Amino acid sequence: MYKYDQYDQAMVDTRVEEFRDQVKRRLEGKISEDQFKPLRLMNGLYLQLHAYMLRVAIPYGTLNSAQMHALADIADKYDRGYGHFTTRQNIQYNWIKLEEAPDLLADLAKVEMHAIQTSGNCIRNISSDQYAGATADEIIDPRPYAELLRQWSSFHPEFSFLPRKFKICVIASDTDRAAMKLHDIGIQIVKNDAGEIGARFYVGGGMGRTPMIAPMIRDFVPLDQLVTYSEACLRVYNRYGRRDNKYKARIKILVHELGAEEYTRQVEEEFAHLLDQGVEPPLAELERIKTFFPNPPYDKDASDEIDRSDPDFAVWVDRNTAPHKQAGYAIANISLKPIGGIPGDASTAQMHLMAELAKDYSFDECRVTHAQNIVLPDVKKSDLYTLWQKLDEAGLGTPNLDQIDDIIACPGLDYCSLANARSIPLAQRISERYANNGKSDVLGELKLKISGCINACGHHHAGHIGILGVDRKGVENYQLLLGGSEGADTSLGKITGRGFDEDGVIDAIEKVTDLYLDQKEDGERFLDTYRRIGMEPFKEAIYE
Amino acid sequence: MSDILRFREDETVDHASVTVDAFLEQTNSNAVRIEPGDDARALLQHLDQIKLVEVNFPVFGDGRGYSAARVLREAGYDGEIRAVGDVLVDQIGFMRRCGFDSFEPEKAFDEADAKAAFERWPEVYQPTTDGRTPIWAKRHG
Ligand code: SF4
Repeated sequence: MYKYDQYDQAMVDTRVEEFRDQVKRRLEGKISEDQFKPLRLMNGLYLQLHAYMLRVAIPYGTLNSAQMHALADIADKYDRGYGHFTTRQNIQYNWIKLEEAPDLLADLAKVEMHAIQTSGNCIRNISSDQYAGATADEIIDPRPYAELLRQWSSFHPEFSFLPRKFKICVIASDTDRAAMKLHDIGIQIVKNDAGEIGARFYVGGGMGRTPMIAPMIRDFVPLDQLVTYSEACLRVYNRYGRRDNKYKARIKILVHELGAEEYTRQVEEEFAHLLDQGVEPPLAELERIKTFFPNPPYDKDASDEIDRSDPDFAVWVDRNTAPHKQAGYAIANISLKPIGGIPGDASTAQMHLMAELAKDYSFDECRVTHAQNIVLPDVKKSDLYTLWQKLDEAGLGTPNLDQIDDIIACPGLDYCSLANARSIPLAQRISERYANNGKSDVLGELKLKISGCINACGHHHAGHIGILGVDRKGVENYQLLLGGSEGADTSLGKITGRGFDEDGVIDAIEKVTDLYLDQKEDGERFLDTYRRIGMEPFKEAIYE
Repeated sequence: MSDILRFREDETVDHASVTVDAFLEQTNSNAVRIEPGDDARALLQHLDQIKLVEVNFPVFGDGRGYSAARVLREAGYDGEIRAVGDVLVDQIGFMRRCGFDSFEPEKAFDEADAKAAFERWPEVYQPTTDGRTPIWAKRHG
């Protein structure tokens, strides 16, 4: 994976010192909270309901074991012994003291990590496919391109006060595991007919209160123009994105209001101008970055056989592993969704263990997924059984990837100052309900996502089943959505009808899944059945 | 004028600037003031005659002025570009990179803080018209 050179390290170290100075000026009363707010936000520090929350960037979700160990140490030293992995492939700590934040950032910098641009109206941490580099279905590893864009977007002098936050995702496979089209810019690395690699740009997707699927605005940007084209997309947005209304300020609204065609025309015009401005790094820089992402030294003779004699292990293999490009290897998913647990939470001990396992079994690398799980990308099949035993012992072996209890949930009213309703306890109760009724396994793939308010951090629009917390006359209320999806067949969920209280929404979900089990035809997933029979029968089942 | 922090040797324009609309109607002024909603490109045909462009920041969070400054510099404008209004010390490093070369903040900067802000960053990732060498260029000689 990418390693900092003296330049990258200097940038991160400088940021730590700058922030230390800003905190000092704040504590001395030289700057007001209003003035301090955008500064701390650019360092990922939010003031939440009970304390400061710090969000640490995990670029394109990739970590080595030293970094995972450091994240665990930070949880111990500055928080209450756990961290929370987020839908943006980052980690958050919920109990941070302002005075200690600069030291925490200094600890991060020691392992080439930071919290730069993890919040604020700037270009955020770039996300990618959690199976990058390991999966058989990609044309190339997308992470070097993400790293190129990480450096371009870090401390960008023109784009640090955008109308709103800005999220970029880079993938390189037709199977979209990263909800690419629901980003402000989604980039798919593709190969054209001449066999050249380039970038396909989708601009103006997003969730929030006005969810939109990004339209494609350019099907092929040559690799030596990738930064320039991104710069053009951003400049048009910075100049013309709405600033009169926070809820209309994302680029999706600009693209929607102008129309994709007119937005594209403006981008192309800006792009033509910028091509002469020399903003593009030479291809040699991309080549340099690529050298940090070689194939690990796979054992070419590794056996493709898996001993499935332990039935519990066999279930885990079926559910939580994915095919690898290298014979004899598999991609292993560690579920952070134990029955009744808090989605995405990991304790200090669990983080240390995952770090060790990454080192021992996956060439020192692990990944964070937008579904709030962890991936070990390169595990020898013959090691899977030992790996699973160690995971299971630590409560990390739950075999429920992409099942109804593999819930995505935002922090909700337990932590978040914007929340209308709690997400975490609801997720815990749904997980318990399906553990007790035993239906999780028969339901198969069913993605359930919960957001505590319209901001949609829990991606409820993209859930096969989505839940949205709303405030009804001061009482927590939940709306139910069906039919969302985030993959190549991205679709947005539709609201079933009037909302429910907590018990009510859990009962409604069970009615929905019962109807599916009753109606499903051969091999249909929940989503397929829903698309075939439509909303009506589900409505009847819920509200009859 | 004492509260203007300036990085130029030439003489300051000593009269008030006019709005973009007024400038375009009666083009004998040499000082223009850009508001966030104005299109800096409207000035490009008249750059020869302009000596001062003030870019107003009514609120610091409105970042359109950063693009305005770069658009002017990329078009070859070498007169003064002044950031006025809600200009905070933590932004002036970025502003300088975008082409601003004078600052007239509503609230004066602490001198030491301003100095630190300009000197803090030893390296930059992006090339702009300020002439600093980006990290990638240093890497590849
Ligand atoms: S969706 Fe709303 S409640 Fe949940 S984390 Fe985001 S802002 Fe907070």
